[in-house]
Amino acid sequence: MSSRFTNILIPVIAVFLGVLAGTIIMLVSGYNPIAGYSALWNGAFGDIYYIGEVVRQFTPYILAGLAVAFAFRTGLFNIGVEGQLIVGWLAAVWVGVSFEELPKIIHLPLAVLAAAAAGALWGFIPGFLKAKFRVHEVIVTIMLNYVALHVTNSIIRNVITDGKERTPNVAESASLRSPFFESITDYSRLHWGILIALACAIIMWFLLEKTTRGFELRAVGYNQHASHYAGMNVNTNIILSMVISGAFAGLAGAMEALGTFGFASIKGGFTGVGFDGIAVALLGGNTAIGVVLAALLFGGLKIGALNMPLESGVPNELVDIIIALIIFFVASSYIIRWFIERISKKGVK
Amino acid sequence: MKKRKFGLAMSLVLAAGTILGACGGGGNEEEQGGTAGEGGNKEDAFTVAMVTDVGGVDDKSFNQSAWEGLKAYGEEKGLSKGKDGFDYMQSQSDADYATNLNTLTRQDFDLIFGIGYLMEPAIGEIAGQQTDQNFAIVDAVVEQDNVASIMFKEQEAAFLAGVTAGLATETNKIGFLGGMAIPVIERFEAGFRAGVESVNPDADVQIQYAEAFDKAEAGKAIASKMYSSGVDVIFHAAGGTGNGLFTEARDLKKKDPERKVWAIGVDSDQTAEGVVTIDGTDHNVIITSALKRVDNAVKDLSLQAADGNFPGGEVTTYGLTEDGVGLAPINEELENKAEIEAKVEEYKEKIKNGEITVPGSYAELKTFSAQ
Repeated sequence: MSSRFTNILIPVIAVFLGVLAGTIIMLVSGYNPIAGYSALWNGAFGDIYYIGEVVRQFTPYILAGLAVAFAFRTGLFNIGVEGQLIVGWLAAVWVGVSFEELPKIIHLPLAVLAAAAAGALWGFIPGFLKAKFRVHEVIVTIMLNYVALHVTNSIIRNVITDGKERTPNVAESASLRSPFFESITDYSRLHWGILIALACAIIMWFLLEKTTRGFELRAVGYNQHASHYAGMNVNTNIILSMVISGAFAGLAGAMEALGTFGFASIKGGFTGVGFDGIAVALLGGNTAIGVVLAALLFGGLKIGALNMPLESGVPNELVDIIIALIIFFVASSYIIRWFIERISKKGVK
Repeated sequence: MKKRKFGLAMSLVLAAGTILGACGGGGNEEEQGGTAGEGGNKEDAFTVAMVTDVGGVDDKSFNQSAWEGLKAYGEEKGLSKGKDGFDYMQSQSDADYATNLNTLTRQDFDLIFGIGYLMEPAIGEIAGQQTDQNFAIVDAVVEQDNVASIMFKEQEAAFLAGVTAGLATETNKIGFLGGMAIPVIERFEAGFRAGVESVNPDADVQIQYAEAFDKAEAGKAIASKMYSSGVDVIFHAAGGTGNGLFTEARDLKKKDPERKVWAIGVDSDQTAEGVVTIDGTDHNVIITSALKRVDNAVKDLSLQAADGNFPGGEVTTYGLTEDGVGLAPINEELENKAEIEAKVEEYKEKIKNGEITVPGSYAELKTFSAQ
C-alpha cells in the first residue's frame, strides 16, 4: 500500500472509530445514537443559517491549524497559538477602533496586517529564545499564552477603554462583516475572512512545497544537524518558522476580532481556538489541504454539537467525549498504521 | 496476543467514555420525567428557554439559579422540559451565544433569556434582526423594544454580608475575593465594604481579584494568603473561583478545629459547600451567603410575559424590597449569632425604608464613607 494512501486513510479511520465509539457510548448511556447524530448533522448543515455558522467557525480553525502545522513542519511545537491569537485579536480591534475616517481599502488591510504582525511578534519571542539560547519553545509558548491573556485584558480595561469590560465595536471600515453573506445565510455571522483563511492555506502550501526557503524550513524540521552541515542557517529558519506560524495565529485572531465579534472583551480564560488548532493540525497531517478538511470537520462538530442537547437530549459532554476520542485515535495513529500494515501483509500472503 | 491487547485498550477507552457520559447525562434524565404529561394544551403554552454563559447550567451559582427559576415556572404552568415547554442551551465559548440564541429563536420559543452580562452584544444584535422575538437579559441593559433587562441590587445583599462579616471577625481583618473587575462585582465590593464600615469601622478589608470566574485553584491560593495574614472572614463574589475559598477554609478547619476561619458564599445558599466533619461532628465554615435570586427574577418575568405583560424595553431592578436579593440564614456555630441576626434585621429595615442607600460603585462608596 502506498504511504500516501495510508496517510489519508489514518485520519479517516480515526474519525470513523471516534464516531463508532460515540455510538456505543450513546447506546450504553441510554440515548438514541441515530437521533443524536441527526441532531448533530441538522445543527451543522440542516439550515442555511447553520452552514453560515459552520463556515464562520471553520475560518479561525483553518488559520490556527495552519499556524500549528507550519511550526510542526520545521520541527517546532507551537502551543502558543492561543496567545498569538489573542494578541492578534487585540491588535486588529485596536486599529479598528482607533481610526474613524480611513477608507475601507486602507483601514481593513491595516487592521488585518496589525493582527498578523502582533501574532508574529508573539511568535518571534519563543523562536528567538529557541534559536539563541535553546530554550524549549513549548515552555516559552505556554507561559506567553498567560502573558498574552492578562496583558490584553489589562490593555482593554485601562488603555483602550476606561475601566469597561469590552471595547467599542470596530469602525465599519475595518469590519469583515458582510451584509451580503448575512442576507443569504439568514443573519449568520459568516464574513469575508473565509477568503483570507483559504488564501493562507494556499500560501502555506506554496511556501513550504515550492520555494527554496520552504525546502530549508522542512529540512530543518527533518534534521537540524544535517541542515546545518548542508550550509543552511538553522537559527534563522527556526525564528522564521515561529514568526510565520505566529502571523497565521494572529490572523486567526483578526477573524474573531473583525468578523465574528467586532470587538474585544476581557477574557476570564482562553478561547480554546488555539488549542483546537493543535488537534486540527494533527488530524490534517500538518499539510495545508489536510488542515482545511480537518478544520471543516471540527467547525461542523463544534456548531452541530450545540444542537444535540436541545434536539435529542444528548448532553454536550458526550459530544466533547466523541471529539476527544477522535483526537485520541489520531494521536495513536501508530496503532492504526500497525493494523493496516498487518492486514495488507496478510493480503500478500 | 497483540490483537487482544488492542481489544482490551479499545474496551477500556469505551468503558471510560461510557462512565463519563453517564455522569454528564444523569441530571437531564431526571428533569425529563417529572412534570411530563400534565401540560394540557401545549400549543397555547407560553414556552421559555435560556442560554447559559460559559459557566454551564450546573455552575452551583448564577446559571443554575436561572435554570431553577425556569423549572419553577414550568412547574407552575404544568409544562415539561423540551421544545414545547422550557429548555436551556449551554455555551462552550463566547462565540456560541449568538448561535444558541438564534437556534432557540428558530425553535419558536416565546421568550428567550440570555444569562449574564457577557450575552449583551449578542442579544443586542439578534434582537435587532429578529424583531418579532422577545428576549430578556440578566445583569445587563439592552435598550430595544423586544428586550427586557433584569438588573439586581447586589450591593444590598453584599451590604448585609458586610454587616455579618464586620460583627463576626475577631482579628478585625476581613477579605473580599472578587471574580473579575466588572460592574456587577464592583457593586458587590462596594456594598460589602460599606456594610463592614457601618458596624465595624476599625476593620481592615483586603480586596483581591482572581481575574477569572472558573479558577478554583486561584481562589484557593488567594484565600490561603489572606487567611495566613490574619484574615478570619472572607466573602467571595467569584462564581466557581470561590469554590477554592471553601476548600481552603475547610482544610484549615480540619487542621486546627479551634481556629476561627469563616467564609461567606454568594448568589445561592452555599451552606452545603462548607461542611467539615471533625471527629464525627459536623462543622460548617460558611457563615451565610449573599443571595442573588436570579431564579425568582427569571420566574417572575416569565409569568409576567405569559400573562401578556412582557416588559419590553424596560429595565426591571430587583432589590431587597422585591425579594430579588437577600441573606441566607446565619450559621449556628457563631457565638454572637443572635447579635448578628438582630443587626442584619435592623439594616434590612433601614435599606427597605430608604434610610440607607447602599453604594453600588466606588464613587458612591466614597461619598458613603464620608457620611
